[in-house]
Amino acid sequence: MVAVTMMVDGVACSDEVEPRLLLAHYLRDRLGRVGTPIGCDTTNCGACTVLLDGESVKSCSVLAVQAHGAAITTIQGLAGDGAWHPLQRAFHDNHGLQCGYCTPGMILAAVDLLRRNPDPTEEEIRIGLEGNLCRCTGYVNIVRSVRAAALEMRESATSGVGR
Amino acid sequence: MIPPRVEYAAPDSVAEAVSVLAEAGEDAKVLAGGQSLLPVLRLRMAYPSVLVDLGRIDGLRGVRDEGASIVVGGMTRHSDVIDDPLVRRHAALLAAATATVADPQVRHRGTFGGALAHADPAGDLPAVAVALDAEMVAEGPGGRRTIPASEFFLDYLQTALDPGEILCEVRIPKLDDGWSAHYEKFSRTAQAWAVVGVAAAVRRSNGTIAEARVGLTNMSTTPVRARGVEAALTGKPADAATVAEAAMHAGEGANPPSDLGGQADYRSHLATVLTRRALSRAAHIG
Ligand SMILES: Cc1cc2nc3c(=O)[nH]c(=O)nc-3n(C[C@H](O)[C@H](O)[C@H](O)COP(=O)(O)OP(=O)(O)OC[C@H]3O[C@@H](n4cnc5c(N)ncnc54)[C@H](O)[C@@H]3O)c2cc1C
Ligand code: FES
Ligand code: FES
Repeated sequence: MVAVTMMVDGVACSDEVEPRLLLAHYLRDRLGRVGTPIGCDTTNCGACTVLLDGESVKSCSVLAVQAHGAAITTIQGLAGDGAWHPLQRAFHDNHGLQCGYCTPGMILAAVDLLRRNPDPTEEEIRIGLEGNLCRCTGYVNIVRSVRAAALEMRESATSGVGR
Repeated sequence: MIPPRVEYAAPDSVAEAVSVLAEAGEDAKVLAGGQSLLPVLRLRMAYPSVLVDLGRIDGLRGVRDEGASIVVGGMTRHSDVIDDPLVRRHAALLAAATATVADPQVRHRGTFGGALAHADPAGDLPAVAVALDAEMVAEGPGGRRTIPASEFFLDYLQTALDPGEILCEVRIPKLDDGWSAHYEKFSRTAQAWAVVGVAAAVRRSNGTIAEARVGLTNMSTTPVRARGVEAALTGKPADAATVAEAAMHAGEGANPPSDLGGQADYRSHLATVLTRRALSRAAHIG
C-alpha cells in the first residue's frame, strides 16, 4: 500500500491505496464521488474526465498514486456556493445532454478548452472536445452549449459580475 | 478493467530510477504519462512486477537551448511541447506533429519520451524524430549513451533501449533560417491514430528547394526516412511539378502494414498523396 494525499473538490483526502488503483476508482469507490463515470477500457471515451491541477485528464488512465499531491476537480466540485457553473447551466438550457453519461466529462473538458481559448469557433470546440464521445446527442447541442457558456463567461469577465 | 497487482516506486532522480530498475529485473516497467501503458494494463496485456514512475523527477521535464540543438526532456508532456517557444522556433515540425496526437486530455499526460520509447508504428512522433535526425540520450547501469534516431526504432513496439535504460532526453538539431514544416496526417475519425502520416521540413532559397527532410508514419513497422523524396527535391525549383514528381518516391523502402486502417497498396497510394500535400504546405506552394 502507498500513502496518498490530494485535494478533491476542495477537500483534503489522505488514504493508503494499492498502486494499481485508478484515480477514477479512487474517486468513485473510496470517496463515493460517483459523479465521475467510467465508459471504456481504452482511454478513448472521455467520460471519466476530471481536472488535475486545473488541466483535463482521463481519470481512468491516471493511477491514484500518480495524483499524489495534486488538486482534483470533479463535476461535483464545479458549482460554487450552490450556483451552477455557466457550462452546467448552458448544457441544461441548450439540451446539451440526453442520457447524461458523457456529460460530466464533456463539461470538464469544456472547462479546460475555455481556459485555453475563451472564444472558440464551432470547429475549435469540436476539435477541443475530440477526446469525449457522446452516443446520444449528435454533438450539435453540445457545441451550442459550449458556445453559450463561453459567451456568458466572457461577458461576466468583462463586466466583473459572476464567476 | 482493473489493472493487475503491481508494486510501485517513485524515485526522484534518474540515478535512483536506474538502480530501482536494475534491482527489479526484467519484469519492471517504466511509467511515464501512462497513456499507452495504463490502457495496456487495464486490458491485462502486460503483467509488470513493479512500475517505476518517472513523474517525480523534475530534471526530465522541459526544453533547453544547447546552441546548435534543442534538448527536450523525456518527461516533457505533449501539451508542453506544443506550447514551448524553443520547440516552436527551432523544431516547428515537432510542435505541428504533436498537436495532432490524440486529444487534449491525453496530451496533458502523455510524454515525448514515452511516445518514442513506446515506438508504435502509428505514433506520429517517431517519424519526426527520424526526419529531424534527433539523438536519444539514454541512461542505464552502464552510464549514459546517445542513440541516433536512425538506429533507435528496431521493430513494432521495439527500440534500442535496454530494459534497464531510461530515455532521459532527446537532442534535436535546430532547423532555423529559411526552414518551414508541416505534418500531414490522415485518419478516419477524430482522436485517431494515423493511417499514414507525413512529416516534412523544407528549406527554400531563391525559388529553389535547397534541402528537405521527410519522415513517414505507419508505412512500416518503424518510421521511414523518405530519402528518395528528399533527393528528388534538392536543388529543384520550388514548384508544384517538383513536389508532385518527388512525392512519387514516397513508397520507396517502405513496407506498409495491411490492417483495419487500410491495405498496403492503399497506404502506398496515400503516402504519395499526403507527401505531396505535406511538401506543398511546408514549402508554401499552391
Ligand atoms: C486515446 C488515445 C489516442 C492516442 N492517439 C495517438 C496519436 O494519434 N498519435 C500518437 O503518436 N500517439 C497517440 N497516443 C499515444 C500517446 O502519444 C502516448 O502519450 C504515448 O504513446 C506514450 O507516452 P506516455 O508518456 O503516456 O508513456 P507510457 O504509457 O507511460 O509508457 C509507454 C511505454 O514506454 C515506456 N517508457 C515511457 N517513457 C520512458 C522513458 N523515458 N524511458 C524508457 N521507457 C519509457 C514505458 O515503459 C511503456 O512501455 C494515443 C493514446 C491514447 C490513449
Ligand atoms: S473511461 Fe473512457 S476514457 Fe476514461
Ligand atoms: S448524452 Fe448520452 S452519451 Fe452523451
